[in-house]
Amino acid sequence: MSAIGKYIRPALGLAVVAALILVPMSFSRYGLFILSQWAVMTIAAMGLNLTLGYAGQVSLAQGAFVGVGAYAAAIMTTHGLPLASALVVAMLLCFAIGWLLGYPALRVQHHYLAFVTLAFSTLAFLVFRNESWLTGGTYGISNIPRPHIFGFATGKPLPFYYVCLGMLGLVTSATWWLIRSPWGRAFVALRENPIRAQSLGVDTRRYTLMAFAIGSALGGVAGAIYAPLTQYIDPVPFDLSLSLDLLMMVIVGGSGSFFGPFLGAMIAVLLPEWLRFTEGYYLLLYAIAVILLLIWSPTGILGILDRYLADRRTKVASAQRALAKSRLETAQ
Amino acid sequence: MSDLLDLVVAGLAMGAIYALVAVGFTLLWQTSQTINFAQGEFVMLPAFFMLAAMHAGAPFWLAILVGIVLSMMLLGLGFKLLLVDPMLRHGVLPLAIATMALATGIKEAVKQFYSAEASPFPSVVPAGEISILGHTVSLQSLGVLALAIAAVVGLTALLNRTSIGRQMQAVAQNPNVARIIGIPVARMILLTFLINAFLIAVASVLITPIYLAKFSSGEVLGQAAFIAAIVGGFNQIRGAIAGGLLIGIVDNLSAAYVSTQYRSAVPLILLIVIILFRPQGLLGRAEERAV
Repeated sequence: MSAIGKYIRPALGLAVVAALILVPMSFSRYGLFILSQWAVMTIAAMGLNLTLGYAGQVSLAQGAFVGVGAYAAAIMTTHGLPLASALVVAMLLCFAIGWLLGYPALRVQHHYLAFVTLAFSTLAFLVFRNESWLTGGTYGISNIPRPHIFGFATGKPLPFYYVCLGMLGLVTSATWWLIRSPWGRAFVALRENPIRAQSLGVDTRRYTLMAFAIGSALGGVAGAIYAPLTQYIDPVPFDLSLSLDLLMMVIVGGSGSFFGPFLGAMIAVLLPEWLRFTEGYYLLLYAIAVILLLIWSPTGILGILDRYLADRRTKVASAQRALAKSRLETAQ
Repeated sequence: MSDLLDLVVAGLAMGAIYALVAVGFTLLWQTSQTINFAQGEFVMLPAFFMLAAMHAGAPFWLAILVGIVLSMMLLGLGFKLLLVDPMLRHGVLPLAIATMALATGIKEAVKQFYSAEASPFPSVVPAGEISILGHTVSLQSLGVLALAIAAVVGLTALLNRTSIGRQMQAVAQNPNVARIIGIPVARMILLTFLINAFLIAVASVLITPIYLAKFSSGEVLGQAAFIAAIVGGFNQIRGAIAGGLLIGIVDNLSAAYVSTQYRSAVPLILLIVIILFRPQGLLGRAEERAV
């Protein structure tokens, strides 16, 4: 069984990746847009998962970081700079802002990062809306170009979907590596038992700050792809509700588990689309679905899966025990 | 430019409403570690109960009564039994997220089942102006201030002067010891939820004539109350009151003297400054870390 189990996971992973590449070829423009949006939101949610799931800090500004990244990309690419440079700028900018916000907030433990990021989220929105000389104010920025990659134009929906998917792959690999590095282990140690981590010589404050700043930088990356995806940005999508949505994605998927954000973003992006036939009621039904899911399994969807697997393992183990016991008795 | 005194009185009136909402927020946090992100929507909703009652033909006073009772049943008892009880043992965060979803749900329900438009709401205080020492002050602001102060004074009296109030404070300070000395902890926690529902229903009556009854009007209010609670001190009722009044005045003055564009930024900057220099809030105690 374990021999098969060893191959099931990589095979499943390959199948999902192949499906993500092949299936959308037949999708409509709108379907591709939704799927690209899922990829972008997953990147942002993965960043938040580093902050929340691994370092155990609540950030209410991930949506604002997506906004900062999106505005950085929109302003730079409409002035003729390449998207790659905008990505780097968005990442560094969000990392720096995250560091500056987290530095004072993490002096004191508890919920203070949540409060400071809440304030930042609203301040960022006000700057997006009011500084029209830079951000276009309420009119926003339109005609954001999509990039040429190695000479290929990605203006059409399908090529740009592959750009989003490629970015998602890149970010996924980087995060996977990060979590398995000594840094990532320190992040997990922080979440599990901060006091013990500290006594073992982990500089708690520095690592928490790093996790938050890296998570914020990933929000910036997501934003930098979001801008060319929609090709038009205004302040409204980046208000506090996006931050709350992203937080919901992480929790609903299962915070602290690597693939949680993928599932959470899928629910947050796709479920409202599936419920669209109910017309005005879809957000209401979505909210009810999220509440019911959280009551049923506060650890999210992956929590349900974990519980199921743990149940099965106990059953298998107890069956084996019973078998061994009966054998022992017959031997006597 | 408006008269400074009028601005301060209007700010105090607004701040007193924030204080009511912030106090409820703090109460829930103290007794049951519930961070209610739907608090603003909880304030928006009772106004619609009252409007619906008036549509059914009830006079204004009866509608207010219906609104308060419905609010205590649904937003107090119902909220506690259906959402808080099953989720609380899994920690603070999942519940906080669930209240965010609840906020969306309430907003959408009002939009779908009542109206997406803003509805006017009658005021309990007559409109008009009176003159104090040569300054004109709006009667409505004064009335709102008086009613909110009455509610806060009543609550403080309940908490400090009655046996039930002291039992509630004991539960807030240390539920385990409270249980040992024979205080019915579960009943006291339920009581704080009912008090919160009562306070927000009162806040709803006071604020809706000013801002109109609209499905989205809870967002700003909830955030203001949240900031007020932190600025004043998350673990102190007095702190929430002081924070509410301060945010109300700062908000109103900055609208007049700073800029309308960055009006809402001023309380946020205040919040960040407070967290930098006095993280436990103006009147709060520093929470010690339990190892």
